[in-house]
Amino acid sequence: MTTPAPTPALWQDLRRYTTARVALGRAGNGLPTAAHLDFQEAHARARDAVWSALDLDRLEADCAPLGMPIHRVASQAEDRRHYLLRPDLGRRLREADATRLARSPTPGAFLIVVADGLCAEGVQANAPALLAALVPLLNAQRMAPGPIVLAQQARVALGDEIGEAMQAAMVAVLIGERPGLSATDSMGIYLTWGPRRGRRDAERNCLSNIRPGGLTPAEAAAKLAWLMQAAMARGGSGVALKDEAPSLGLLA
Amino acid sequence: MSFAHAVGGTRYSFPDLKTLLARATPLRSGDQLAGLAAGSAAERVAAQRAMADLPLRQFLSEAVIPYETDEVTRLILDRHDPLAFAPIAHLTVGGLRDWLLAEADGTCLAALRPGLTPEMVAAVSKLCRLQDLIAIAAKAQVTTRFRNTLGLPGTLSTRLQPNDPVDDPRGVAAAILDGLLLGAGDACIGINPATDNVDATCRLLELLDGVIQRFGIPTQSCVLAHVTTSLLAIQRGAPVDLVFQSIGGTEATNTSFGINLALLREAHEAALSLKRGENVMYFETGQGSALSAEAHHGVDQQTIEARAYAVAREFQPLLVNSVVGFIGPEYLYDGKQITRAGLEDHFCGKLLGLPMGVDVCYTNHAEADQDDMDALMTLLGAAGVTYIMGVPGADDVMLAYQSTSFHDALYLRATLNKRPAPEFESWLERMGLDEASRAGTLPLTPALLGLT
Repeated sequence: MTTPAPTPALWQDLRRYTTARVALGRAGNGLPTAAHLDFQEAHARARDAVWSALDLDRLEADCAPLGMPIHRVASQAEDRRHYLLRPDLGRRLREADATRLARSPTPGAFLIVVADGLCAEGVQANAPALLAALVPLLNAQRMAPGPIVLAQQARVALGDEIGEAMQAAMVAVLIGERPGLSATDSMGIYLTWGPRRGRRDAERNCLSNIRPGGLTPAEAAAKLAWLMQAAMARGGSGVALKDEAPSLGLLA
Repeated sequence: MSFAHAVGGTRYSFPDLKTLLARATPLRSGDQLAGLAAGSAAERVAAQRAMADLPLRQFLSEAVIPYETDEVTRLILDRHDPLAFAPIAHLTVGGLRDWLLAEADGTCLAALRPGLTPEMVAAVSKLCRLQDLIAIAAKAQVTTRFRNTLGLPGTLSTRLQPNDPVDDPRGVAAAILDGLLLGAGDACIGINPATDNVDATCRLLELLDGVIQRFGIPTQSCVLAHVTTSLLAIQRGAPVDLVFQSIGGTEATNTSFGINLALLREAHEAALSLKRGENVMYFETGQGSALSAEAHHGVDQQTIEARAYAVAREFQPLLVNSVVGFIGPEYLYDGKQITRAGLEDHFCGKLLGLPMGVDVCYTNHAEADQDDMDALMTLLGAAGVTYIMGVPGADDVMLAYQSTSFHDALYLRATLNKRPAPEFESWLERMGLDEASRAGTLPLTPALLGLT
């Protein structure tokens, strides 16, 4: 039997309830030195995470047990710096990739795109677990997903071009989120019904903060399966499909 | 109408007003990305000189985006008040800059608001150095009310932003207590929900309403969900103080956000019908959103940002802020560009009559750090910014960006001799919160918020 924690009465007790930087103390109106340097260290790590890259061989090996065809593509952004300054090119497929995908169309497919986005670390770590949880849920709904497309130097809207080239019914883009100070391993998912160039952000549904300590891959998979079924039932995604998903407890 | 000016023996010409505005804009990556920026420093100053000679009346006869195809242009021109414009109707853009610096006081700036269009204000800001943006904005006073009074002279307010990665009510409550202990939250306590879901939004609204009621805090709450989600929450009877929406300066940008003026009007009326407060809207904006949505019509990002303020002022908001460094380095590359944009946005918002705050912030893929934020917030404080954000330790663990901290606001108030909104300041004193945070104690009973 454990002794219950005492009723919070000190500022520092707030730290029990959140990973946010609460109860840092005060040095006058400023931060105490240790808290200040904690921040500087976290910022330095996040700056480095922006420049991380997908290990495609490892990702492909991790996804192989799912038994889906896997394609590799890249956007028109040539490298990381180019990617950061030219988001328009991160939304465009390289000509050769667009042609190749169009040669193996999958009409009506529920396409999965795994993309590096602004930080590859989170996608590398979380995408395989999410897909492993998602596939049985979709199979049970008779909505078998696939193929998987691995995309480098990719923005969310690259999924529209990929989906259009492959004639997919719907695309879920699993993409690295901008690294923060507390998390450099966070993944987001953008679901778009009827992917084609020119889709608007309001036509997508988004799940964010998928990582250990945030939304777990299993929880995110349950939400995504619900959204995909609802998008199919209504023939649309985004604001048209308000996320009225019941709470995850009810879904489990 | 076309424009031209020679610099160093080279004649630069600009085919229309929107091109002139774009070429006259101080350098930023977003205008380069859009292919709108001046090709050289000489071309930029040629555009600035041509623009300085431009009569303000030109803005009433030449729209940067056609009246017929854009409802924001229609709003701007239909609402323009010629009587309010009369005192400056004879001026050029350069003349307006001189007049604002030399002649204008708070009273005449207030009277002038309906006579100014966003494009006039954007144009004059492009001729201003940072000190001009500060000196002129500091003369403009905009006051709004809900449960307290914001924007009074000598005040600096904060939005307490207790975001949680999964909307955990205990995480949110702990961040709120942390902020209150450090004097934050008079502009509002406003949460960005992790998932835009009406159930989650209603739960957060109940939590915030509970905090405000239990501790008797003279402030207001907001859950920054999409306006359609807030409308659903109102229909369900949730305690909605402020209705939030991100807005942009073109009809197509707003379409990309899933909104239009009619929807905002509906939301404004729904919020007013609850009779909880006087100014019931909260808007966020930011340079670059139109380009991001491919909805910029060849207009530079700062002019479009100013046009978003015409949308905002239509609905008498309690709060408006630019989220200046959030959008990333492809729009504002580094600390220098973020700093200028933050001061431009505050200047344009204030001249157009908005209770203008700024989310002084940056992301980890931008070339910026805490030193840049310290400089910008201090400059904005000198310019009389209505409010800044307050985030635990400046680190938003949900949105993954760095904003200003509760400590930052304490620094700014102490350094510039500013105070919180008066009703909120009295409450802070009554609760003894400053002494408590210095002693490390917690006089606000956490159990009341479910923290046991």
